[in-house]
Amino acid sequence: MTVKDIFETLEYGPAPEEAKVAQQWIDDHKGEFGHFIDGEWRGGASHFDSFNPSNGGKLAQIAQGSSSDVDDAVAAARAALPAWQKLSGAARARFLYAIARQIQKHSRLFAVLETMDNGKPIRETRDIDVPLVARHFYSHAGWAQLRDSEFPGYEPVGVCGQIIPWNFPLLMLAWKIAPAIAMGNTVVLKPAEFTSLTALLFAEICAQVGLPAGVVNIVTGDGETGKAIVAHKDIDKIAFTGSTEVGRILRRATAGTGKKLSLELGGKSPFIVFEDADLDAAVEGMVDAIWFNQGQVCCAGSRLLVQEGVAEKVIAKTKARMENLRVGDPLDKAVDVGAIVDHVQLDRISDLVEQGVTEGATKFQPKSFACPKDGWYYPPTLLTDVGPASTVVQEEIFGPVLVAMTFRTPDEAIALANNTVYGLASSVWTENLNLAHDIASRIKAGVVWVNCTNQFDAAAGFGGYRESGFGREGGREGLYEYLREMAGHGGTLRDVAKSSQVPPRPAKSLDVTHKLFIAGKQVRPDGGYSLTIHGQEVSRGNRKDIRNAVEAAEGALGSWSSQTGHARAQILYYLAENLAGERERIGVSDAEMDASIERIMHYAAWADKYDGAVHQVPMRGLVYTRNEPIGACGVVCPDDAPLLGFLSLVLPLIAMGNTVVAIPSEANPLPVCELIRVIEASDVPGGVLNIVTGLREELEKTLAEHDTLQAIWNFGPNGAETETMSAANLKQTWIGHGEDFWAEPGREWLRKATQVKNIWVPYGA
Amino acid sequence: MAQATSKPIAPMRNPGMPLDLDWVESVRVNRSAAERRATTLTGRRTVKKQWQAAWLLKSITLMDLTTLSGDDTPGTVLRLCAKAKQPVRQDLLDALEMPPITTAAVCVYHAMVPSAVEALAGSGIPVAAVAAGFPHGLSPLRERIHEIRASVAAGATEIDIVISRQHVLNADWAALYDEVTMFREACGEAHLKSILATGELATLENVAKASVVAMMAGSDFIKTSTGKESTNATLPVGLTMARQIRTFRERTGYKIGFKPAGGIRTAKQSLDWMILMKEELGIEWLDPHLFRLGASTLLSDIERQLEHFISGRYSAFNRHPMA
Repeated sequence: MTVKDIFETLEYGPAPEEAKVAQQWIDDHKGEFGHFIDGEWRGGASHFDSFNPSNGGKLAQIAQGSSSDVDDAVAAARAALPAWQKLSGAARARFLYAIARQIQKHSRLFAVLETMDNGKPIRETRDIDVPLVARHFYSHAGWAQLRDSEFPGYEPVGVCGQIIPWNFPLLMLAWKIAPAIAMGNTVVLKPAEFTSLTALLFAEICAQVGLPAGVVNIVTGDGETGKAIVAHKDIDKIAFTGSTEVGRILRRATAGTGKKLSLELGGKSPFIVFEDADLDAAVEGMVDAIWFNQGQVCCAGSRLLVQEGVAEKVIAKTKARMENLRVGDPLDKAVDVGAIVDHVQLDRISDLVEQGVTEGATKFQPKSFACPKDGWYYPPTLLTDVGPASTVVQEEIFGPVLVAMTFRTPDEAIALANNTVYGLASSVWTENLNLAHDIASRIKAGVVWVNCTNQFDAAAGFGGYRESGFGREGGREGLYEYLREMAGHGGTLRDVAKSSQVPPRPAKSLDVTHKLFIAGKQVRPDGGYSLTIHGQEVSRGNRKDIRNAVEAAEGALGSWSSQTGHARAQILYYLAENLAGERERIGVSDAEMDASIERIMHYAAWADKYDGAVHQVPMRGLVYTRNEPIGACGVVCPDDAPLLGFLSLVLPLIAMGNTVVAIPSEANPLPVCELIRVIEASDVPGGVLNIVTGLREELEKTLAEHDTLQAIWNFGPNGAETETMSAANLKQTWIGHGEDFWAEPGREWLRKATQVKNIWVPYGA
Repeated sequence: MAQATSKPIAPMRNPGMPLDLDWVESVRVNRSAAERRATTLTGRRTVKKQWQAAWLLKSITLMDLTTLSGDDTPGTVLRLCAKAKQPVRQDLLDALEMPPITTAAVCVYHAMVPSAVEALAGSGIPVAAVAAGFPHGLSPLRERIHEIRASVAAGATEIDIVISRQHVLNADWAALYDEVTMFREACGEAHLKSILATGELATLENVAKASVVAMMAGSDFIKTSTGKESTNATLPVGLTMARQIRTFRERTGYKIGFKPAGGIRTAKQSLDWMILMKEELGIEWLDPHLFRLGASTLLSDIERQLEHFISGRYSAFNRHPMA
């Protein structure tokens, strides 16, 4: 094309980023890579091909990690652990800092290599992924330095197995490795089999900066390699980012092993546009939400919810904007949407879209351009005429496909937004700050972006509610995933409580009936059976009683969780007061009773004090966190200390705004049965605390399998089963021990009783 | 002199419309989002090689070559006009196989209009005059209107007026509307470019609302700055104004022109502005009927870039004829 022609047409023309240096790096390795174990490179026994999605061409041969490779890597990580932990925070910080520096020095090489391997536009790898990676290591260099002073009472978890996805290969590596090694853990990381190259380049950087051998080990491979990591007996923690489906498998595989687990899973995140929003800004936000990284983003704003009055306008603007997107060679600097990572994914996207159309959706794709024929591309797509029941509205598509629905009121927006099994992220567009913060507080998602979307930073936590997983990455909250509270110090209290005499029960003047406590009422058990315990009849609850109790807990959740902390505190103080008045009839030792009353006072004190934070991200704006209740929760009490054990578990949950269904000690439920009368007298709203007595094994199974419950704490003997069964809806689980509740109560309990929501609010007059 | 452009037909002139306060009040601009779009836009688009050369040549034809100094004389204006007629060295045009091009207009103070008109006679290059108490807009209304009429009488066919910032800052949209309506009337056949002096309007929402009112009052162009405010044309401001132009077109069918001015000194900046136009308004707006770059020193940087494209070597300012 001549200058004169272009002068008339004003086309953009090609603007290719040079691939030479990255290709040279691959060539220097003869296109074949091994594993990085114990600071050394080891060839693989077998290899598989890695492709360039933009043209389908073969990029490199990646080693398939075997279980013996994983064994060696874990052994290396284990061996490196003591010395790494013994290093001062400052010394560890220097390594993280050096890694950050090296990444910056080789930033373009990383960016180009990532684009070649993954297919995402060079603009994104260059301007977003790689800078965020460097930022993550800088920020966590700081946390390494500060660990000892900021996290007293905590220690590193140990050897961490980390499995990451292909959509942000290097960034997810940074999110996993930086906090792990900053806190003094060692890691075995497996990159996704589609995208291993930047992890291998990263391993070279680790070697360059002299990171001690074994601290970071990279084993490449497919799902089989991942399985070997998950199943490995000498791994203390598994961190996974990927699909909800695989997340469930991991939950089951690690159940009962004592491995700490964090899961960052799928999403179908709502993108809510209110009529008073800057609509042009919102439309541009959609580009960042769903046409970022070809929509292959777990937190992609893939469900557009737009207020009816402006829906037509917004859809028209969106279509016009879509015509202006440029789809093509991701190494072109002026391309918005690159290639889909693999033909498998491409097929899945187009199948789901076709299914949507079959179900009645109207499909819009830009008419002004076509996708390249070579390589794996899918055009930006908008599906309208869909409803909550549509498959494309329910399922995560993981592609450049936006589905659009309308709403009339803020309440309806919330109802639609929360009508999903997921809860990863959300985006809210309005110029009204009352509306913005209200909606932000009511969306069930770990991240809320107000008037922005897909913002990430090392200083802010990221992670999901519900079936989007648990655990956070980034921010102070993310560090706890790589820390463990040091063993409890409850020995003294336990010894005193156990050795002291349980006072004899007052003589019965009349017969006593111990019922279940559901929705604020004493009710007879559905089955009509009783158990006899210490000469008294105790109701034997069944499945249906659990069902009713969960319904009551879920029903009470809305008002209890939106109560002020102050109001919850008043109720707990009143409970303590009433318990003190009834101490004689409860039937526990004085030491246990004193500790119980103190514990109620303790959580009453905390009820209005477990504050969120304001994170310092590099943005003009506010990123604040809310420690939100998890929801309706199940509690299985230990037999040890029938009253204190019950209260220790139930109180932090209730104080933080959760509602509870509790199964008291099977061996001795009587103190809790007596407590019911105290609870009734203490203004605890109906449904906030439900108590079902009976046979633990019978009841806890129903609890663990109930899809309404969002968390279950099991301090009984059957924690492993509970963890396995919790996988269906990915409940948060805490399998505890007597050590835990005899020890001092406090923040760690509150941390487990809440989930952190990060709310991003950029501002500017 | 044959123009290189195959000239699109001038869009139908905006007749103006009654002031619609509901529209004005419904305007929303989120500053952070606008800034984000403006910042990332220039990372999303770029032009290289012959595309860059062609775009830079185009940017010359979109330029209001401007001198607005207290020490302007007929002599300096003559020099400027000569440059407007031949903005790029002939050998460079030859190397690019381009026919002759000119700038879009020459922009001067009222006193210099006769000199410019005379110098540009027969070239087809219009003379634009700044008027209405430029740059502050605080002289008596009658004199501001008179100045417009005088410039038109002297041969200016484009009038760059300034608005009273107080009307915007006090949200007195009716006063702003009346003022611009009067200016438009005074212009007659001459085209009205309304300078909003965005650097003094405090918020992007004010910029957007002032844009809407100025268009309702019959502006042919809306323009960012006089070049005399402490903050000149910025991309977020340009984005905000461009989006109001887009909405105005959607709602009325009339296409309004846009002119960023002040502080545009580099070839890269001129490309950024063109990319903004193309992305937010479409290619139609890369035409002098709908887009002008107000600039005085920009041209010499563009010439150097063109020479670099041709020779592969970096050029120097003294190798290109000054204005």
